[in-house]
Amino acid sequence: MIAGSANYTLPPYADLLGISISDSPENGEPPTLSMPFHDGLAGRPGMLHGGAIAGLLDMAANAALTASLRAGGQASRFKPIGMTIDYVRAGKEKPTLARGRVTRIGRRVATVIVEAWQDDDSRHIAAARIHMLLSSEAI
Amino acid sequence: MAQIMTQASDFILDPARMFRTTQRYGHSHALGLQYVGHGVGWAELAMPWKQELVGDIQTETMATGAIIGLLDMTAGVSVWTRLETFRPQATLDLRIDYLRAAHPRTAMAARVECYRVTHEIAFVRGIAHDGDPSDPVAHMAGSFMFTGEPMAPLKPPHNPPANPLADSFTKDAG
Repeated sequence: MIAGSANYTLPPYADLLGISISDSPENGEPPTLSMPFHDGLAGRPGMLHGGAIAGLLDMAANAALTASLRAGGQASRFKPIGMTIDYVRAGKEKPTLARGRVTRIGRRVATVIVEAWQDDDSRHIAAARIHMLLSSEAI
Repeated sequence: MAQIMTQASDFILDPARMFRTTQRYGHSHALGLQYVGHGVGWAELAMPWKQELVGDIQTETMATGAIIGLLDMTAGVSVWTRLETFRPQATLDLRIDYLRAAHPRTAMAARVECYRVTHEIAFVRGIAHDGDPSDPVAHMAGSFMFTGEPMAPLKPPHNPPANPLADSFTKDAG
């Protein structure tokens, strides 16, 4: 959600989770975010907490939409309307990656689909679909 | 969470005590979650304001991910209060609607009701608010899957016969 110039800055909450941008392609392609495992992400012993996975999905969706809007020269302020998360596999004590895909940018609403995975990017552990309200003004 | 459990035979669910222990570890600890109140089939937890939870440095509001973490955790506790015992579970799906912007630099609380349990699945719904439960920031619905056996024998029936759109939301957390 942070509109800036060339650099995409993750908010304090991303630091709390330990999220960083591991791959940031040019020309509007979505960046990949990574979240190494640490104690603050644990749910049940040995497992990643569902809330931490949701946080990573949300950050990756924001990064994807920001990249896409900037490439299109559009306003890059937006806020979430709704999010549907499916937890497909248990997250383990290992690094988690996530990348969003902007499926539609309309005049007022954008839709982003985002997936998180651990070992194999074809076997995601969770996925979400998020609708974002676009705004050219400060929210 | 298994480390805080006692023998199955003498296990009595005490969410307040349980949460004083769990909030020292893991994601609950990172978010700074606190126990507020519970009844049969519902729970309320709070997430005090701190800078590390900010999702947008311009508006200084809490990250949506942090609010989901709070709702997810509160939902888990509400399932145990419905069962009246601890049972391991995993989130299956969550649906979150953001009803309005959160107030800047303000604590968040979640009230979640577990309105139905079956052999395998628990169904939950609830809200996140930043002071006034009648003016929520977010609404949540979701389901959890049980991943193990209950800590103590379940007391039938777990599901109240009455309308599940319970009065639990209007009761004070006390």
